[in-house]
Amino acid sequence: MSEENNKDYVEQIRRNPQSLLEEYPRKGTNIQSTHYCAGCGHGIIHKLIAECMDELGIQERCVMISPVGCSVYAYFYFNCGNFQTAHGRAPAVATGISRAEDNAIVMSYQGDGDLASIGLNETLQAANRGEKIAVFFVNNTVYGMTGGQMAPTTLIGEKTVTCQTGRDPDYAGHPTHMCELINTLKAPVFIERVSLANPLKIRLAKFAIKQALTVQKEGKGYSFVEILSPCPTNLKQDVKSAQAFIENQMEKEFPVKNFRNNLYKKEPVQRPASDFSTESLDKIFNVNRTKGSGYIDEDIEPLRIKVSGFGGQGVLSAGLTIAQAACAEGKHVSWYPSYGPEQRGGKSNCSVVISNETIGTPVVDDIDILIALNKPSLDQFSQDVKEGGVILYDAKIGEFSTDRDVKVIAMPCVDIAEEHGNARTANTALIGALTELSDVLKRESYENAIKEMFASKPKVIDVNIDVLEAGAEWIKNNQ
Amino acid sequence: MSNQMVKGNTAVVIGAMYAGCDCFFGYPITPASEILHEASKYFPMVGRNFVQAESEEASINMVYGASGTGHRVMTSSSGPGISLMQEGFTFLAGAELPAVIVDIMRAGPGLGNIGPEQGDYNQIVHGGGHGNYKNIVLAPNSVQEMCDLTMKAFELADKWRNPVVVLADGTLGQMAEPLVFPEKAIEPKSDDSWAVKGNKETMDNLITSIFNDFNDLEDFNFKLQEKYAEIEASEVIVDEYEVDDADIVLVSFGISSRIARTAVDKAREKGLKVGLLRPITLSPFPTERIKELSDKGVSFISVEMSNGQLLRDVQFAALRREDTHLVNRMGGNLIELKHVLAKIYEIAGIEDENLDTSKRSEEKASPNIID
Repeated sequence: MSEENNKDYVEQIRRNPQSLLEEYPRKGTNIQSTHYCAGCGHGIIHKLIAECMDELGIQERCVMISPVGCSVYAYFYFNCGNFQTAHGRAPAVATGISRAEDNAIVMSYQGDGDLASIGLNETLQAANRGEKIAVFFVNNTVYGMTGGQMAPTTLIGEKTVTCQTGRDPDYAGHPTHMCELINTLKAPVFIERVSLANPLKIRLAKFAIKQALTVQKEGKGYSFVEILSPCPTNLKQDVKSAQAFIENQMEKEFPVKNFRNNLYKKEPVQRPASDFSTESLDKIFNVNRTKGSGYIDEDIEPLRIKVSGFGGQGVLSAGLTIAQAACAEGKHVSWYPSYGPEQRGGKSNCSVVISNETIGTPVVDDIDILIALNKPSLDQFSQDVKEGGVILYDAKIGEFSTDRDVKVIAMPCVDIAEEHGNARTANTALIGALTELSDVLKRESYENAIKEMFASKPKVIDVNIDVLEAGAEWIKNNQ
Repeated sequence: MSNQMVKGNTAVVIGAMYAGCDCFFGYPITPASEILHEASKYFPMVGRNFVQAESEEASINMVYGASGTGHRVMTSSSGPGISLMQEGFTFLAGAELPAVIVDIMRAGPGLGNIGPEQGDYNQIVHGGGHGNYKNIVLAPNSVQEMCDLTMKAFELADKWRNPVVVLADGTLGQMAEPLVFPEKAIEPKSDDSWAVKGNKETMDNLITSIFNDFNDLEDFNFKLQEKYAEIEASEVIVDEYEVDDADIVLVSFGISSRIARTAVDKAREKGLKVGLLRPITLSPFPTERIKELSDKGVSFISVEMSNGQLLRDVQFAALRREDTHLVNRMGGNLIELKHVLAKIYEIAGIEDENLDTSKRSEEKASPNIID
């Protein structure tokens, strides 16, 4: 070759595409050559991807994810934004990048161990969500970097260091077919398996890669290209036998074909821009900044209330109504539920502490006022009511007395509720009584709390306010 | 007043959104699930990103990806899910990526139950993943702090390019208290000097935790330790209650510290000089302050809902091991006031016949929900 011809050869054939670096300073030493073994397919695939990036004019938008495997150092070579990730997690990382930066073109480059073994869940789930990512799956039937162990794609009878007499399906299962698996999902836009067995097939591989990246350029969703690739080092092959292995054995097990191409049918997926304004947040959280916030300093004795009963009796919401009323008055208040399957009818209780200063324990075990809606909870908590305290309970529970200095009130709360509304508001009748038993909170605050609690069900508000009043009236007349 | 009654788990989401968190990735687990529910509701309302991940491993790696683009991002979980995320913690620390993770602790080991506990202390404060890294750890003890410290977590994560954990428990997640909303929302600015965003300005950047050269990796490790030392020197936050003249100081965080505070009040009513030292930052830990008090002759009681995990850090700081004590509950039981008081009286050498510590509380979480 003449010197002139040689220069053309270097510039036109040997020259890296712009999307691959000319030299590899991140590699540290021997920065003019890659770390891949002679005859490895990664170099070819890198070049094909980079050529497509150039041709599509997307280099600046591209983010390449290097996996764990031989291509762990893909970031030495690709001239674009780069991530290196944990083993098998590239599709999850890709999801994060793509969701955060809608304009980025995210590529996940993974081998068979990374993608089809440890990362199989992430692979299938990202595909199923239709994430806007291109996944390049390099299948060479063997773990390369860790030293030639059996891969999910190892062929039956193929020898590796962890199946030394050949893969036996009775012990090690069968080769995993990733294109076929992904083709069972609805979301993916493009799925194709290609081969690097000969120069013609390499040209066809490039065409598939370009389609996959076009899907990304147009923001249409998920694309997947499986590339059957040689690993002469670990499979102990020379050039000829590596080529023969791909053509005669791998391609038989893993048919080379397009599984799906919806590039021209699929509409782009548009994601909205994020809104960081105070106004928008205040709106969604109903923050009213005109009323002022903080705590009002006034002299009150701390009040400890326990509301208890069966789940479904409105125990937790009664406690929350009381707490809401205290909150609106600028008092310190805590509401603490015993959490469990309230909706399933188990025992349920909550503690409410109201104070004019920072509240210590939110758990009430010396009770000022016990509101009990069923017998088990009356029996359980009545002994925790302190001297001088009050027990207010549903009269339907029956007789209850104590020889301690505790005021015991049996209130026909269900009757009152039925008379003024319906039986489901019995808890509100008890709160009505509370408005008279303790002057710590204003009646109006309870009413406002009810309005807030039932804001989404305005019909219920009036009934509850009537029952609240009736409860207060009853206690005035029956003390 | 415009204060709102808000559950602790909801307050986390409020704090995150006012802090400018752009992406939430999470997987359901009791008692942290409400954070996921609220995020799924509110994030999309303002065009922000929410993904229900396929697992906690996926959540934390989505966090890794989104964080690497320079956006403010978070996830939340509880003990068993946090254990699964440990791989992600060390990768975040190794790639020096900012991220916020909220742990609403439940009782373990194993699946345990959904009751409150503080047994994740060691895995969060002292690592949990491989390598020589540390998380920054904030421990709220009220609904207000669930919001405020989540905001603070984003600030610290960005400042130090380090994962920050908000370490709370089931009780704090479930209880409701008045919340004073953040004054204004933060519009986050991302740092193009390291982030990878898929544009021209950032295309030379690389997110990785790989250092092939042993000496390079050693240097990076030393650099990390310098960073942690700076964090220790500048970011310790501690809340002290009646500590100045105290002979006995309770050390406690999270929900335990609320009960400990009441114990201080009760003990003071009896004339005992008792105080509460509450580390708001568990990492960095207020080692110096505890040492200082120890030198003054203070006795310490670690009040915790774990097997002495906090006590070990108190002992390390106090130096006088014999004068450090433990009062704890486990298994999903809240620590009870009477147990704390009994320990205080024992150390103070007084008796109180009214305290009956023999009975265990009967509160139970549901056996029907285990994960």
